[in-house]
Amino acid sequence: MRDSISKPITRVDAADKLSGAACYIGDMRLEDMLYAKTLRAAEPRAKLISIEYPELPEGYFVVDKRDVPGENRVKMLIDDQPFFAEEVVNYIGEPIALIVGKDKEVINKLLEDIKVEYERLQPILCIDNITAPPIYGENDSFADYSLNKGDLQKARAGAAYVYEGIYETGYQEQFYMEPQGVIAEFKEGKVSIYGSIQCPYYVKNAVVSCLGSAPEDVRIVQAATGGAFGGKEDYPSLLAGQAACAAIKAGKPVCLLLDRNEDLEATTKRHPAKITLKSYIDESCRILGLEADIALDAGAYAGISGVVLQRAMFAAAGVYNIENLSIRGKAIATNKAVSGAFRGFGSPQAFFAIEMHMEHAAKAIGIDPLQYKLSNLVKQGDRSTTNGILRDKILLPEMVDRVLEMSGFTEKRKSFKTERAVGALKGIGLSMFFHGCGFTGNGEQDHIKAKVRLTKDIHDRVEILIANVEMGQGVQTTMRKIAAAAMELPIDSIIFANPDTDRVPDSGPTVASRTTVIVGKLVYDAALKLKEKWQAGAASEVEEQYKYPQGFEWDNDSFSGDAYTNYSWGVNAVEVELDPITYESTIKGVWTVFDIGNPIDDRLVRGQIDGGIVQGLGYASMEVMENLQGRFRQRTSTDYIIPTAMDIPEIKSELMCEPFKYGPYGAKGLGELTLVGAPIAYALAVENALSINIDTLPVRPEHLMEVAADGNGY
Amino acid sequence: MNISFRINGTNKNVDIKPGELLYDVLKSIGISSVKKACETSSCGVCTVLLDGRPIASCSYLAAKAHGHEITTIEGVSREAEILGSLMNSEGAIQCGFCTPGFMLTVIAMKRELQNPDEQAIKNYLVSNLCRCSGYEGQLRAVKLYMEVPQ
Ligand code: FES
Ligand code: FES
Repeated sequence: MRDSISKPITRVDAADKLSGAACYIGDMRLEDMLYAKTLRAAEPRAKLISIEYPELPEGYFVVDKRDVPGENRVKMLIDDQPFFAEEVVNYIGEPIALIVGKDKEVINKLLEDIKVEYERLQPILCIDNITAPPIYGENDSFADYSLNKGDLQKARAGAAYVYEGIYETGYQEQFYMEPQGVIAEFKEGKVSIYGSIQCPYYVKNAVVSCLGSAPEDVRIVQAATGGAFGGKEDYPSLLAGQAACAAIKAGKPVCLLLDRNEDLEATTKRHPAKITLKSYIDESCRILGLEADIALDAGAYAGISGVVLQRAMFAAAGVYNIENLSIRGKAIATNKAVSGAFRGFGSPQAFFAIEMHMEHAAKAIGIDPLQYKLSNLVKQGDRSTTNGILRDKILLPEMVDRVLEMSGFTEKRKSFKTERAVGALKGIGLSMFFHGCGFTGNGEQDHIKAKVRLTKDIHDRVEILIANVEMGQGVQTTMRKIAAAAMELPIDSIIFANPDTDRVPDSGPTVASRTTVIVGKLVYDAALKLKEKWQAGAASEVEEQYKYPQGFEWDNDSFSGDAYTNYSWGVNAVEVELDPITYESTIKGVWTVFDIGNPIDDRLVRGQIDGGIVQGLGYASMEVMENLQGRFRQRTSTDYIIPTAMDIPEIKSELMCEPFKYGPYGAKGLGELTLVGAPIAYALAVENALSINIDTLPVRPEHLMEVAADGNGY
Repeated sequence: MNISFRINGTNKNVDIKPGELLYDVLKSIGISSVKKACETSSCGVCTVLLDGRPIASCSYLAAKAHGHEITTIEGVSREAEILGSLMNSEGAIQCGFCTPGFMLTVIAMKRELQNPDEQAIKNYLVSNLCRCSGYEGQLRAVKLYMEVPQ
């Protein structure tokens, strides 16, 4: 069974996507549907003095804070973000009101004619040296954590070398091809939301609290979703609340679909980070201790920054076994769009910092960076950053060997050196990383407590009822495979429709690389139960709820224990060549080995790897998003550049497998891991090509030119 | 104003507003397969064929389609079936949002180019963005499709 589950099958959603029949929000037309467009703040921080609306034609509405029947706060970990701005605005693009009506042109004209008067306040636009009054709390942080392991004093005392560096990473926009959108409908006292979403129950909770209504009066249905990558984790809750208020006011369905420019300006992005690392290294080049300080630019509202920060902190030591740690983390409030989830969720930033740091430390000491890294690797039985035991075998040494072999790394490092002497700027870099799968810390066991249900009808068809969504990753196929294999049924006797909160239990959000490993296992267990009580021709139903596996421990106050139950691992190599005049890079090769446990479908896995790698290479090389004075410079898809088919060579990938005992068929998480390592390998390749040190992402040619001109090479 | 054009082989007469874009007109006559992602001719998601050539319907004045033949994915079913099954087997489909526009571009390329090499293929596809697939599966499928006898 283990091997046959990996054999690819036809995606169940392929036919509709190929024929164009798949129905996304922009394709849905409800009867009498109106359109809404958002009036957005034009100042990063200001008091709203007055808003003057033009006279509205019949059938057109303004919807704002006065139309929120319940709480005008999006329900989150910290409820600080209003659906519609109240007395102040805190970022450019913050929603103030909706204009709703039938004709989009009329709506646009009305929007142009609105006059908003602001009184400017001093904005907070960077994360260092804040002088303006805080946006949140006393120290302007949504989260401020520290984590200690061992005794850093000991490391300090025993150090023969001390190495310190500062690493910075920029924004990254998810750039799912389908912009965010929802449709709200109000019928007989009940609100239905159709949306391009990752987390139906997050949306439901937010709308219930926005409307102050009974939970049974709010229903969320996922529409076909054109990519998400974390971007549709929390932001749709805001849109859904707004559209619900509008639908109630107008008495007609309302479609709130962002255009690309709004989506770029106003929705969540990957947190920019500034990470300071200081390592204490002994005579024999063992790392005795590490001090880390992580600052994330969280934007104007808390969102999920605290959780992103935890993941970044727990990844701060990378794949290295470091006994003494002191890690400080802050998510700092600034007057910019809210930073949020994006594939990797804090770990791309943290792994970039530690991998570059290790490389630079080795160079400073005068030893081979790869040897330095390998001699400090974690292995089975070692303790994680949070002092949890790494229970499963860690295949990193074998994975590194294989990537070295596939990429010809060692020979290339040699031959490129010779070629560089005659002016060819070629380089190759290698990264090692992990991803803790499932929610961080106590998320799964204390907060989500995922529940799944399987029903069987009298025709012996089985339906999977879970809240997890198909957003391109293939969950509709993998879940069916898991259930079918467990019950030994043909795949087409399994049904799995897009979730509708009136029908599915809360199996949690579609995030954190948790769907296969956590929800998939529950589906598997439920399938076995259903099989046991199987009676042909009789209807039945089973449920399963998440149980924290025995032997694992987590203390959320001290951040100690098993931050994750399972880890996936990766090793990536990237080869580049730079133009000696412009310093623009061409990616010549990408090689990857991942351990994601037992793959549920080889072809879907391959798709996740390719997609994640390319997003990672975009993050490292071309996806520039700058915020100047509170305004993003890249506000259209012609300014924000993502990779095209031209930019990417063939990606060579292999898998190694250390199965996870509590995953379905031994599977572990996959989606996010694939983005983490490529940016680092790319940066290291450029670093190698130019014999410099790189400590900033994205790596920009203009910056390289400056460094090279300064003769600042390593 | 009133325009007439052929859409997937049938004649169509529609009243449009001056300045109305082809994407919106196609949506209004019930062609749901066409998607929109950037509205600035930079992603290829809204691609349709105008007399067999790919154009960005998000930025194309509907009035200019008067007297022309528009083809969407519904209108190329035979070619779409062959290409679609290759995309399927090569893992070129994820969220599906780019899929119809991408397929139309590929179908037009096959009609237009004889034995293109990899660089020529990538050149042709450079304006069709896909954020999910990393292009790998798409390119494998396209190469196979280009070899299918006409
Ligand atoms: S939506 Fe037309 S090219 Fe992007
Ligand atoms: S499959 Fe999602 S954008 Fe191409």
